[in-house]
Amino acid sequence: MISEIAAWLLDPAHWTGGEGVLRQSWLHLLYCVFAVCAAAVIAIPLGLYIGHTGRGSVLVVAFGNAVRALPTLGLVTGLAMLYQGSAALAALVVLAFPAVLSGTYAGVNAVPADAVDAARGMGMSSAQRLWQVELPNALPLLMGGVRNAMLQVMATTAIAAYVGLGGLGKLLIEGQAIRHYDQMASAAILIALLAVLVDLVLAGLTRLLVPRGVMLVVAETGAGPRGRREQR
Amino acid sequence: MIEFRSVRKQYDDGTVAVQELSLTVPAGTVTVLVGPSGCGKTTLLRMVNRMIEPSSGAVLLDGGDVRDSEPARLRRGIGYVIQQAGLFPHRTVRDNVATVPRLFGHGRREARRRAEGLLERVGLPSEIGKRYPAQLSGGQQQRVGVARALAADPPVLLMDEPFSAVDPVVREGLQDELLRLQGELGKTVLFVTHDIDEAVKLGENVAVLRQGGYLAQYAPPEQLLAEPADDFVTSFVGRDRGYRRLSFVDSSGLRAGSVDTVRIGDTSADVPSQAGWVLVLDTHDRPRGWLPPEATIHGQLTEDQLIAGGSLHTGGAPLRGALDAALSSPSGLGVVVDEDGVYLGVVTARQVLEILESGRHPAVSEGAFR
Amino acid sequence: MIDELVRYLSSPSNREVLLEQLGQHVYLALVPLIAGVSLALPLGRLAQRVRWLRGALLGTAGVVYTIPSLAVFVLLPGIIGTGYTSPVNIVIALTLYTTALLVRPVVDALESVPTHVTVAATAMGYRPHRRFLAVELPLAVPALTSAVRVASVSNISLVSVGALVGSGGLGRLFMVGFERPDLVQIPVGIVLTVLLALLVDLLLVVGWRSLTPWERAGRAVIGS
Repeated sequence: MISEIAAWLLDPAHWTGGEGVLRQSWLHLLYCVFAVCAAAVIAIPLGLYIGHTGRGSVLVVAFGNAVRALPTLGLVTGLAMLYQGSAALAALVVLAFPAVLSGTYAGVNAVPADAVDAARGMGMSSAQRLWQVELPNALPLLMGGVRNAMLQVMATTAIAAYVGLGGLGKLLIEGQAIRHYDQMASAAILIALLAVLVDLVLAGLTRLLVPRGVMLVVAETGAGPRGRREQR
Repeated sequence: MIEFRSVRKQYDDGTVAVQELSLTVPAGTVTVLVGPSGCGKTTLLRMVNRMIEPSSGAVLLDGGDVRDSEPARLRRGIGYVIQQAGLFPHRTVRDNVATVPRLFGHGRREARRRAEGLLERVGLPSEIGKRYPAQLSGGQQQRVGVARALAADPPVLLMDEPFSAVDPVVREGLQDELLRLQGELGKTVLFVTHDIDEAVKLGENVAVLRQGGYLAQYAPPEQLLAEPADDFVTSFVGRDRGYRRLSFVDSSGLRAGSVDTVRIGDTSADVPSQAGWVLVLDTHDRPRGWLPPEATIHGQLTEDQLIAGGSLHTGGAPLRGALDAALSSPSGLGVVVDEDGVYLGVVTARQVLEILESGRHPAVSEGAFR
Repeated sequence: MIDELVRYLSSPSNREVLLEQLGQHVYLALVPLIAGVSLALPLGRLAQRVRWLRGALLGTAGVVYTIPSLAVFVLLPGIIGTGYTSPVNIVIALTLYTTALLVRPVVDALESVPTHVTVAATAMGYRPHRRFLAVELPLAVPALTSAVRVASVSNISLVSVGALVGSGGLGRLFMVGFERPDLVQIPVGIVLTVLLALLVDLLLVVGWRSLTPWERAGRAVIGS
């Protein structure tokens, strides 16, 4: 069986063309990056605002929990039926949103209170505190939220092929339809690899973005840079 | 000068943190607010830089109401040090110290240069400037906190339990350092602590606050120890206040006696008839230790034949040092030295007690314990 | 919409199918939860005690967690030789996820037990294993609660994905609803899944509360 999968993966005909691995991987990646970015554009400012002012923090938790309980397959099929297959993209954004929001909020909330107090006492304005103290120190958890969102979206994109969205999931679902386990398994391996790869890239990006001094604190306290795990 | 005029702070839930309280903090001095938790000391301190607004009354800074200044601008002109130092984890030590100058709009280069000078000033090597707060010890972090508060050269310094989170040995070093710095800079310092020893050591004036935000007594430390205003202050100051008061009693009335001495390197022939303890000095007349009565010396006298001495009392320093020298000395004789450490004479614990009993000790002179 | 819902629910055969799917869903979500917790506790203990294993265990958990569920559902039968539509695949896959999700929280929770308490237990003569069961584990429970709650909600949601590879559970409703198409079944499936998640969450909270009476005792003193 392994040899069959290897044969499928090594066949150049499977990689090129409109239905090929390369194009579907690219689409898969594109949908995910789009969904996470679209969610982040709103969720990060909102999370910063809630964390900075402390207003609406109850909403973050309630909203996060509610979305976590939503079955992704139900959301995707429901949206696709009401509108069309590409509406599944909206589902991806919805699913990415709470992870980024709660990561950002938790990040700001976890900034040492004494540092914020000192910033205030030294005469930083509200905006200066946010940009110069809270945001840089919130980055580990904020990026953790982005990584969680990406996990979630990667997995849901694979599922969304069922309602006609492109991506690697499409190869898997098609393989299932024609009962070709080699294609299904190959697609599954590619989906897994892409997810791990993208997570690694985000981990690298986190290292680049998070100031060294904050990394030292994370390493010292042993707190995972990722914060709370979300479901996929 | 900081002036609290009938300030009162009541929170929305009805708790009163500070009752109608008036207090004047003289310019260029260290004034300590001390009291148990819930006495409103931190609330009072934070009213000065408008981190907390009083419900009624006013806080005046050099005659002007602090409410007339925009908060952020006001705070940039007031140094602020807090318990955990509150350093920014994401900035290097140097950039932490440079924060306020940068807020004032100074260039990065100039702010950093000033920061490096300040680090040296608070007793930190300048290499530490490139490290991050997470790489420093608690004591070092506090020093950086002080340097950061001093960076824009503010005339007023607010310190909220700055040394409570470090261990006692480091704390003592930090306190001494603060006194040394204050000697150089002469800031108006308002210092909050719950530790009466720290209050008495650092404060030129000490305000003792009682739970609920009442001012129990406001006095120089020696007066606080000698004449506590009420039972609360008496119990807060503690049972051993009599002993602690020795820190504020001048020892100039103490007459040093003499004892037989020899020098390192002397031979047995030089040693006087040994009926009692003999003090051993080095070639510069500085005490090295004691020879017990009837000790036999073989050849030349060396360091390892000595019994280590106790603490030394510097002539003219507070009486507490003299008593300590006498009690810690193996011979029961406290060794008195001058400021260069040169032997002057010896005193006994009885002499110290006699001075206290006779009550003819002069009141402590300003800064005698510094 | 309401009419359709009433019509759908009034059919006895529909109700029967619904109940059966719900039962399957509960089974497929909760068995892995229990299995995952049982695996994560010893693994977390191991990671806490054995320094060099910690990195490897936490790293593996991280990677496992990153792999999308659909991929695991498809690959597992090929690896362990089960039938392609066997519910065992779902149970094992979700057990893996639950374990991966819980290992780090277990380590963190065990490390949050105050040293003075474990030292006192040792001084009283507890042997390590007994001490772990009698002292450390109960005290780690509160810190673990939130992670187990996340795992339970996550599992309940993930079981639906299993429908794509032919397993039972409420996910069937989404597929049937989409293919037919029938606008009632999808909302019914979503609502039931969310309700199930909430119910299990509630039970977990009640369960933890009864397991940790000292938590409330402490709060009562602080609150007074």
